[in-house]
This record gives sequence, structure tokens and C-alpha cells, in this order.
Amino acid sequence: MEKYTEKVMEHFQNPRNVGEIPDADGVGTVGNPACGDIMKLFIKVKDGKIVDAKFKTFGCGAAIATSSMVTELVIGKTIEEALTISKATVAEALGGLPPQKMHCSNLAADALKVAIDEYKAKSGGKKEEEK
Amino acid sequence: MKRKVYMDYASTTPVRPEVAEAMIPYIKEEFGNPQSLHSFGDKPKQAVDEARVKVAELIGALQEEIYFTSSGTESDNFALKGIALAHQKKGKHIITSEIEHHAVLHSAKSLEKLGFEVTYVPVDKFGLIDPQQVRSAIRKDTILVSIVHASNEVGTIEPIEEISKVVKEAGVIFHTDALQTAGTIPVSVNALGVDLMSLAAHQFYGPKGVAAIYIRKGIRITPFIDGGVQENGRRAGTENVPAIAGMGKACELAKSEIPGRVEALTKLRDKFIQGLLSKIEHAYLNGHPTKRLPGNVNISFEYIEGESMLLFLNIEGVAASSGSACTSRALKASHVLTAMGVPPEIAQGSLLFSLGAGNSVEDIDYVCQILPPIVERLRKMSPLYEEASKAGKGK
Repeated sequence: MEKYTEKVMEHFQNPRNVGEIPDADGVGTVGNPACGDIMKLFIKVKDGKIVDAKFKTFGCGAAIATSSMVTELVIGKTIEEALTISKATVAEALGGLPPQKMHCSNLAADALKVAIDEYKAKSGGKKEEEK
Repeated sequence: MKRKVYMDYASTTPVRPEVAEAMIPYIKEEFGNPQSLHSFGDKPKQAVDEARVKVAELIGALQEEIYFTSSGTESDNFALKGIALAHQKKGKHIITSEIEHHAVLHSAKSLEKLGFEVTYVPVDKFGLIDPQQVRSAIRKDTILVSIVHASNEVGTIEPIEEISKVVKEAGVIFHTDALQTAGTIPVSVNALGVDLMSLAAHQFYGPKGVAAIYIRKGIRITPFIDGGVQENGRRAGTENVPAIAGMGKACELAKSEIPGRVEALTKLRDKFIQGLLSKIEHAYLNGHPTKRLPGNVNISFEYIEGESMLLFLNIEGVAASSGSACTSRALKASHVLTAMGVPPEIAQGSLLFSLGAGNSVEDIDYVCQILPPIVERLRKMSPLYEEASKAGKGK
């Protein structure tokens, strides 16, 4: 079996911020069942800052731990700061991932980008309407 | 102390104390080379000869039809490549199935690169091969058919007797990979009608590093390892005497104990399957309900992924396996489940518990107690479960 770091196992066993945000400002879904991992990330944004993040993930230990870690990393960050979070940032925060898990199960940063894109599209749209 | 439950016997089995005892003299004092003319070789030679008789007796073969190898994988490689090379003048077509062990599948792929043509016969939803499919795949230039006796993953036992009739009618050589059956259920080379058979000691309480291949008398095959006279020149290399002695002992024990082992394991298996399916919703048995290995329990739990279940099981002291992509280095879902038409998201949620001599009713009860909360916990995290619940499919 994969040998995960203690930090990965800790997040896997006690994932933070599991769930959904019904009135989320952005939702990012990435992955597919064939590769084994699907992640859905919800963000709530206020005054340009991510004030809440939640996730639901179908996947292996690494997929769950990276999802949990990314929610911890983004809460309290501005959108600009959040956009600097990469796969490497998430893996590093977890004390590393087994090499074959770096790509397939490290989806959290991708899901975050999709969620932010959705937020930007939505808020951009709102501003247009406000005008 | 925390409970430890080993349910991965399809991966490997522990060595029986009697087997270890049988090996020790050849690790310690009887170190001689069986091929030596001097007296140091006498006992080791005798040990190898006796072990060969015991392997032959287990599968109803003649002792001169048994060749020792280093692993089941080597036996499978030997069968496919040895027959292909020896018979390529007659033809270059080989038939195997989609659910073989990688030892057979990858040997077939290597032969394809050497100019051989391979047909992979499909299986039905239970993992069964239809002898008629084999019949229609046979061509004039077919030189070998290789079909697994029972899949190590889903445990479906193939109709080898019927397939061998079809193959014999066409005058083609027939090999079966019996790594999961020899030593586990009654296996007879004559009843099955096979020309070659692979079997490995560590699958039935023998040591690792030793296996055998049965080659019917009169079958032409190209030697697999060139060198000295060992194994009748067909598989050279100084004999692994301690391991071979251990394999002989494991065969002797298996021969007398198989009926009792099958009865006990079948009971445990059925109780386990029934327990898990009744306690957990959206769970499906993979493989055939009755034509399956006595210790094989392969179940898919919908909406969740296998590795995360294995990690939680491991924390609870339970060792099992999965057909999920994340548990394989190749990052692909089990080719066996895929061949059976199991959709990818269900294959990802498969767990394989393979039971053996160390398991008890208490072990079954323990896993039936700890697994439901693990499944529930992961489903609560799963976006697939959430969608299914919204669609009214989930609970």
C-alpha cells in the first residue's frame, strides 16, 4: 500500500471542512471516475477574501487529504493569494506525496482554480448588471 | 493488543510450521549441490526428488512431468514463451483471455512484439469464459491456448474441462495458470485435460521463491533458462533445495487437507458475503456466486474508492486488497473487473478479501462490524453519493 506521511494520514482521518456551501460563490468540480478521483470544492467570498471553503471528494487517501489541506490553505486568503496555491504548495503542506499520486490524486489546486474562475465569472456578471 | 486480521491470502499465505521445519535441514547442514557426485549432494538430491513426487501427486501428474521454477510468474512465462518458440513453425497464433494474471498477459504482449498474434477471449459479467468463444477463436495456425483456472481477483472458476475438450479437438496445446487453485481446491491435470499447468508454493502455505510447471510427457517446449542439466535441461540453475523441500511438504499437507479446507472456507466466505451485503447498501458481489474460489470475497461499494477503504481497514488491523486504480502502480482500474463490464466508478470501489486458514468466524464478525461505519464515513464525503441521494437513488 502507499506509504503516506503522518500529515497526509492525519488529514485523511480527520478531514477539515467536509461538506457543501449551498450559496457558494464558486464551485469547482474536477476529475472523473475512470481515474479514480473526483473533487468538488465550494468557496464563499466576501470583499475579495475567501471566508469559507468546503469540499466533497471521491477518491484515495491522497485525494481526500489534498482536498482537506486546500480548504485550510485558502480560508482567509484573498483571491489573488489563493491563485498562487499550486499542486506543489498543497503537496508540500502535507509533507510530500508519493510520486505517482502527485498528478492523479492532487486535484485540489485545480478544483480551486475552477471555483475561482466561476466566482470571477459570476461577480463580473453581477457588476455588469449593477451598471 | 489490537486485533490483526489477515484477509489477503490471494496475495500470499503464511508458511506452515511443518513446511518451515522441512526446509531447515537444507538451509543448515545439508547445503550440498544435488548434482554433485560426492556424498554432500545425496540428501539434497533426495529432497528434490521427493518434493517432485509430492507435487506430482497433488495434481495427478508423473514426477518426470514436474519442473521446478522460481515463481508462478516464471512458470507462466515459461509456458507461453517456451511453447511459442518451439512451435512457431506450425503457426504464430495464441489464444488467452482478458482476465489473465499479468504474468500471462504481459508474456503474451512480449510475444506480440516478436511477431506472434494473440486473441484475447472475453468473459461474461461473472468473469466466465465460454468454451464456444475459444472454439471460434481457434485457427489453423493456433499453437497454444492459455486460460486461467481461477482469477486471483474475482475468484471465478473457469470451465477448464470443457475448454480443454474444444482445444484438444483442434489439436492445440493447452496451458492453465492454476496459481490460485492448485493446493487450494482439488486439481487434476488429467481431469482438466491440460498439457501445461503453473502452480506456486506460496499460494498454499509453502515458501516464496519456488513454484512449478507441469509439462505433459511428449510436449515439445524450448528451455526457459539455458545452462546445466537441472530440471532435465529445460530450466537450468542450481536447485533452490530448501524452498523445493518446503514446496513438497506444502503439497503433501494440501493433498490430505484440501477437502476440509474447502468446506471450512466456503462456509466462512458465504457468511461473509451475506453479512456485508445485508449490512451495507449499494454493495455488489463481483464474480460468480457459486463457481468461485472458496476464500474469495470481492465486493464493490458504490460511490467510494477502494484505497481509502483499505487505509481505514488497515488502521483497524485488517489487511485486504482492491481493484481500484489508486492501489495499482499502473493507475488503472482492475483489468479483470473492466473485462467483466463493471463500470469504472464501481470497479474503483471494489474490495477483495481473500480468506485462508488463519481466519475465523470472529474475524468475519469483526470486519462486518467495522466496515459499515468506514463506508458511511467515506460516502458522506463523496460527491457521487450526494448526487445519487439527490436523484433519489441513495438512502
